Parts: sequence; structure tokens; C-alpha cells
Amino acid sequence: MNPAPTATQIVADVRRGARSARQSVEECLDAITARESDVHAFNHVLADEARAAADAIDHRVALGEDPGPLAGVPIALKDNLCTRGVPTTCSSRILEGWRPPYDATVVQRVVAAGGIVIGKTNLDEFAMGSSTENSAFGPTRNPHDLTRVPGGSSGGSAAAVAAGFASLALGSDTGGSIRQPAALCGVVGVKPTYGAVSRYGLIAFASSLDQIGPFAATVSDAALLMEVIGGHDPADSTSIASPAPQLSAHLTRGVDGLRVGVVQELLNGIDPDVAARVNQAADALSAAGAKVDEASVPAAVYGLSAYYLIAPAEASSNLARYDGVRYGLRVPGKDITAMYSATRAAGFGPEVKRRIMLGTYALSAGYYDAYYGQAQRVRTLIIRDFDAAYERFDVLLSPTAPTTAFAFGAKTENPLAMYLSDVCTIPSNLAGHPAMSVPFGAGDDGLPVGVQVMAPALGEPVMFRVAAALEGARP
Amino acid sequence: MTDTAAAGTEAAAETPYETVIGLEVHCELRTRTKLFCSCRNVFGELPTTNTCPVCLGLPGSLPVLNRQAVELAMRIGTALQCTVEPSVFHRKNYFYPDMPKDYQISQYDQPINVDGWLELADASRVGIERAHMEEDTGKTRHMGGGGRIHEAEYSLVDYNRAGVPLVEIVSRPDIRSAEQARAYVSELRSILVATGASDGKMEEGSLRVDANVSVRPRGSTELGTRCEIKNLNSLRSLGRAIEYEAARQWELLQAGQAIVQETRHWNEAEGRTISGRSKEEAYDYRYFPEPDLVPVAPDEAWVQAVRQAIPTLPAERRHRLAEVAAGAGDAAATVVELDLDTLVLAAVAAGADGRLAVMRAANELAGNLEEAHRLDPDAFAKLMLMEGQGQVTATQSKQVLAELLAGGGGDPEAIAKARGFEALGADALAGVVDEVIAGNPAEWERFKAGDPKISGFFVGLVMKASKGQANGTEVRELLQQRAASDG
Repeated sequence: MNPAPTATQIVADVRRGARSARQSVEECLDAITARESDVHAFNHVLADEARAAADAIDHRVALGEDPGPLAGVPIALKDNLCTRGVPTTCSSRILEGWRPPYDATVVQRVVAAGGIVIGKTNLDEFAMGSSTENSAFGPTRNPHDLTRVPGGSSGGSAAAVAAGFASLALGSDTGGSIRQPAALCGVVGVKPTYGAVSRYGLIAFASSLDQIGPFAATVSDAALLMEVIGGHDPADSTSIASPAPQLSAHLTRGVDGLRVGVVQELLNGIDPDVAARVNQAADALSAAGAKVDEASVPAAVYGLSAYYLIAPAEASSNLARYDGVRYGLRVPGKDITAMYSATRAAGFGPEVKRRIMLGTYALSAGYYDAYYGQAQRVRTLIIRDFDAAYERFDVLLSPTAPTTAFAFGAKTENPLAMYLSDVCTIPSNLAGHPAMSVPFGAGDDGLPVGVQVMAPALGEPVMFRVAAALEGARP
Repeated sequence: MTDTAAAGTEAAAETPYETVIGLEVHCELRTRTKLFCSCRNVFGELPTTNTCPVCLGLPGSLPVLNRQAVELAMRIGTALQCTVEPSVFHRKNYFYPDMPKDYQISQYDQPINVDGWLELADASRVGIERAHMEEDTGKTRHMGGGGRIHEAEYSLVDYNRAGVPLVEIVSRPDIRSAEQARAYVSELRSILVATGASDGKMEEGSLRVDANVSVRPRGSTELGTRCEIKNLNSLRSLGRAIEYEAARQWELLQAGQAIVQETRHWNEAEGRTISGRSKEEAYDYRYFPEPDLVPVAPDEAWVQAVRQAIPTLPAERRHRLAEVAAGAGDAAATVVELDLDTLVLAAVAAGADGRLAVMRAANELAGNLEEAHRLDPDAFAKLMLMEGQGQVTATQSKQVLAELLAGGGGDPEAIAKARGFEALGADALAGVVDEVIAGNPAEWERFKAGDPKISGFFVGLVMKASKGQANGTEVRELLQQRAASDG
């Protein structure tokens, strides 16, 4: 699907002058010209800016300088990452016209490493959704089948990598928003340990769950981007005070002797063809020397319920600032209250409004303890169950999503059915643990299936080891 | 309330009701930068020029806690005898245009300082419930209409103040009069300044006071329904507003009407409080722990270091002064308030009389504070000794002191000599006294008979004859001696 060279290959070639950064950018722009009108991965393509950045990289190479570990790699950014002077919309009408005066930390790091921003990708409005159908600017289509959704909320980033519009992409994952679209688009997607990647400049959905992470065509490309974006950032108080782990070195270590658990609770309600691929992946790891067994994380089944209290509660507060006073959309009203109401009524889509109302209710006086408080206790239980499982296993395995890419409109009428798309991915967000989706064969419909590898906090090295092994064994 | 909390309420004692007051004081901390970003913490810049993505609450920005603000908050708590505890920031959610995020980062059920007290100059104690950290909002000016947001044609917002660190100090309802409320705020202010936490400028809004006021019949121990009065920008407003509000509430109760729990605004020009939000209309702030910040857990070493760095506080300074200057009364409190107690204590250490030094400091130095703070302590001590020992009279001492102040120092002995202020020697004084007695035989008989009024007559004559160089105390002693031997 992705005909372009890998990011790792581009960096090596650009650094030794065997390929120009400009060439990589032009290849991506050609792919965009050919297919973007069908796929609609982007809210904003930065063609001229990318060309200029590529020429600057090539100039540095010509001077004998090293542009950095992402030298000349075109990268797509989810449109909830702040980019200085470039519209950043969260695919919402309410932010239309707003241009951030600053770059997100990850954007600074990518650019400083020689990466080239090629555009801002579509998402479910404010990252709320699992299909990218909630974008105010129209849905993104799955490059593998234009009648299907790419997943979400980072559907634009997943589709951009799958379609060769960019070699790498960044997304954000609050309940599965990187991993689920990665699975549905057949690419690698990583949700790092909470705090491993700075959130500064990521427009918040649910602050205690949000993490930025990479999309890539290969596991090693994902590792490359992780190494650039990870590490402590003093601008984010929840950032872990240690440098980014070196992951590339772990990719070839194999899985001999590793203990791999298949989470039984996360195989319930999964399409049989998807579940079959997970079991096949477990067998492949076993054949490669891993000790595979059944694992149990009993509280994981309550994850979805807890998530749909915690995430909306935090969102109801995070999204309060879109009030028409200072930036973005303003719809006039007879007084300040009327202006607030008119602006938010016109600026937010139905899913965002639904979650703001859910969250507002969950935090209300008299209900806090029964809803938000109870959900936080469930979160503690999930962490405890994961901790117990990780005493027996180095990594855990599950499907990334219950199904392959579904058709447009299949779940839009029933929010709960849509929410179930994230049943396997949500527990890692609640626990703050790293998890990633690796493409592993196809379902009965011929569409990609993703297998999820989960690890304990800061377990990225072992997680990437297992992911690399799965990639090597994929059917 | 504490036993002594009702002291200083003589003014209110005439009313049939008792006023119960709790104060919430917002104190802007004197940090170098704002609470959650690196914008400078300064007053008086052009509107919204001292801002950044964080204090403007721009999408994607995140707060990072200012260590210096935590340190100052701990100083305040420690100075108010609070316990410093591990604390958590919460979000207080409500919509208002001067609040960039439409929530305020504040502390809720786990504040940094809990359970302390403040001792006032009259030795009464007011309990402190908590002193917690929070961020300030921007400033809104409503243009047109009555100055309130819903009547305004338009409003202007200045976000320079947004994110300035505040500590909110919440007292227990231990205050019983407007006078005591003012005393509490001025004592609190002096502590905030002494600890370096605040510049204490009420006029610049560095210190802002809200008052919770209720009334009850004298003798009752139940708390009445309270109103919270906002917009108190000076000690004068605070006092006036409390007195007005208490009278208003009592009048309502006397008329058989209930007090409605509400927020009321003090209108300085009209001299009355005006109804604001009622309890029914009160916001549901939907507090929840701020997920963008981690809990604040100062280690024991830090807490101890803060404790040790606290300067001696006014109450303790008043006690120290009282020990060496018994009977100085209010003058001792004045001396501490004017920051002249170090000077007095140095004089006492050099052997001077404490009460004398306090009186001279309170009366003679108070009018020239700037000079007084530059005064050479040794010179002051020496002068107090000279006066105490009768080498100069009170009148002369005051003149020497004035010259010391004007010159920033000097040798009091040399100044006294240059002015011819040497007190009369014992023999010369005795001569003058005898002359005066001889010249007024009839009055002398009355003196010997013990007429108290005539003593001043003789002292005055001696003073006049000696051109003010006699020491009044010595003159009295001599007169007594003569009367005894002339019996």
C-alpha cells in the first residue's frame, strides 16, 4: 500500500547525500495530488512550506552538516497539535481561523531533528470518535477501501501514512485514537507510556489520558520517531523526568524467553477473523521462542464505562475555553451568556456536545462521587489487575479493535456501538501504560487487522521487541 | 471562637446584636514570575502585553508550578501557625471572560496550609481555617451601563493579571466587630510584608478582602445566615461595609424577615451593599483534581527551612517589647508597627530604660520614619541612657534626638554639649531648689501639708530658673527630701 521508502531509509540516504529531502517531499506531494481528493486525510497541506524546508535540509547536507535523525522525512501532524502560524482546527468549526502563536514540543523536536511537516491531518472533532466521521470538515476515507472508515480519531494521520502521503505521522491517543486507526489502516501506531512524550501544544481532550504517539509503515520507523519526540519536557508537569529510551537497538533482539500473555477478557465480543489473527500472532511469537499463555485482566471489562466518565469529565473542563471571547468562532448574542451559548451551539458538533454534557453531569455537585469518583476507583483496579498480570508476563497481547474497518454510517446512529470500537485500547490509557498496534494479516474482508502489544509503564523497549518480531512473522 | 476573640468590641457593645465576621483575604504573592508560566509578575503594564500561551489559556498550553510561589505560600502558612500539608490543585469551573480557560486552577479539599491562628495587637486571636494557592484572573472593565457585565455595552479585559499567584487566607468566623476586622487585616498585612510574601498594597489590589457577615442576638451561640461582601478595596471600606451590612441584617430580622444567603457588592459612593448572586443562583464549580499538575508534596527539609527563615513576627515582637517596657501600653504596638522595635531593644540592651525608649520612639521618631530607620542605634541608645541618668532633661533629649535624625547620627553627648544642654550638677540644682523654696514660703507650707496640686508649681519654677536644664524627676525627689528634713 505504501510504495514510498521507509523513513529509516530516507534518513540514511539523505544523510549520505544519496537522496534529496526535496525528492521525498515531492514524492509525497505527488501521492497527495493523486489520491487526496478521494482520501481526504488532510485539513491543510503545507506544500510550499514543506518544499522550502526540504531545500533548507538539502542545503545543510551540501554544507556537510547533519540535519538530524529525521533528516528529510515528510511527517503529517494531527490537526490538534499546535503549529506556529499554521491553522490548527481540531476539525472543529469553533477553532476556524485560529493560528497558534507557538509550536507544540513534539513539533519543535521533529523539526529540530530534520523532519519536514507536510500537513495537518483530519480527525474526529477534538479527537472524540473512532471513525473520523465526526470531523466538521468531512470524513477521511480508508485508503484500503474508500467505502470504509479509517478509524479514529487520528484517522487522517493513519490514512496519510497508509496512502504514502507522508512517511511518518503523529497522532494522539486518549482511548485508542492512534492504535485503532493504525489497525484499520494497516500501519504501526504507538501509544507511549503516559508522560513519556510531552503534551505541551497538544490541544487537550482528556488530560489524564492523552498521549501523543507515532504512526509509521514499519516498527523501526515508529521507534525512530519515538526516540525524537520522547524525553523530558519541563513545559509539561506530567512529563517523566528521564530522556527518551533508545528503542532501535531492541528491535533485533528477538523474543526468545519473553513471557507473552493473551488477555482473555479482550477476546470477548471480537470478530472471529480478528481473534484468529491474534491467536496466530501468539503462535508466531511462541514459534520464535516466547512463552505464551492465557492472561487475565478482570477489571479491563469495566474500562469502557470508567473511560466514558473520566474522559468526558475532563473534556467538559478542557473545552470550556472555546467561548467566543478571545479567538475562534464568535456568534453574537444580546449579552455575554447568550453569546457563549450561541457560539458553542454553532461551533461544536453533536458528539462533542454529547460528551460535554456527559462530563458536566458526572462532575456535578452530588454526583461527583458516584460517577467521577467511582470511575477513578475503577481505574485503580485496572492498574492493580495489570500489575498482577505483569508479574507473570513481560507483555500482553490482544486485538487492537474488535473489527476491521467498517462502512461509513455503520455506527453513527448508535454512539455506544461506536464507543465499543475502543474496548481493547482503553484499558492501557486508564493505566497509563504503553501499547501499540502492529499490522498482522487481514480479516475475511481482506482489510487489515492490527494486533495490540501492551507493556507495563516505561516498557517501550520490550514492547517494540515483540512488535518487531510480529512484523517479521506477519502472514 | 477563642476566648479573647471578642476583645476590642466596645464600639459594638451598644448594639443589641452581635456581628459575626469571617474574612477571606486574597494576597498576590511577590514572586518574580507568574504561578504557572514564566511571564513576569509585575503591576501596571499596558493591557495584555505581559502574557503568553499559558496565562492566556491558549489551546494546548500547560501549567508548570512556580516553586517560589509554593515557598511564599508556605511562609504565609507558617507565619499564621498553620500546618503545611501535601496539597493538590483542583479546577474550579465557571464561565467568565476574565478567566482565559473558563476554569481557575485553585486548591480545594487539600490546601497547602490548614488550621492556624493570627494574634492581633490587642492579644485577641482569630482562627485561620486555611491558606491555599490559586491563580488570579484578568481584569474586566464593563463599559456603559451600570458597570456590571449584563448591563454593559461592551467589556474590556486585561489579561496581565491572569496567572498571578495568589494565596487566599480564610479566617474562621471569630471576628466580632468592624474594628476587629480592620485590625485583623492590618495585622495580616504586616505579616505578609514581614515574610516577604506580599507588598501589601491594597490600592494596587495586592490585598483583596471579602467579608462574610452575619448577625445574632447578643448571647446567642448560633450562627446566623451570612452574606458575602465583595469589592472591599480599603480598610475604610471594610469597616463601613461591615457596619452597614450588620445593621441591614438586624433591621431585616427585627422586621421579621429572613436573611437571604447571597453575595453582595459594596458600593463605596452610596455607602451600602447591593445584592448580587443568591445561593440558588450560585455556580456549581464542578471541582476536580487538575490533571495537568502533579500533587505538591514539600519534603520535611523544605518545610523546616521555610520555618527557620521566617522573621520574628509582630505578635512576638510586641511580646518582647512588653517584657522590657512594662506599662508602655499602645506605644509598644505602635513601635512594632513602625518597625522601630529593633532600635528600642538595642537601647535597652545598652542599659537604657525600656519604657522611656518606647515613648521616645513612638512619639518622637514616628513623624520622621524614613530618618528614624536610618538612625544610628548606638546614638539613640546613648541618648536614652543620658536622659535616663538625668544628664539631659526630657525637653533637651527631644531636641538632641531631632538633631540626630536630621543629621542621620552623631554623638548625642557632643550635640548636648554644643547646645549647652548639660544638666545642672547636683549642687547647682540643690541651690536653685532652695532659692525657689525660700521665695515662696506660703506655697511651701501647702507643699509640706501634702497638697498634690502645688508640686507642679515648684517643679515649674525650678525648670524656669534653670532654663530647662533640670531633670523633673530629680527636682521632685529634692523637694520631697527638703520637705522631710524641714518637717
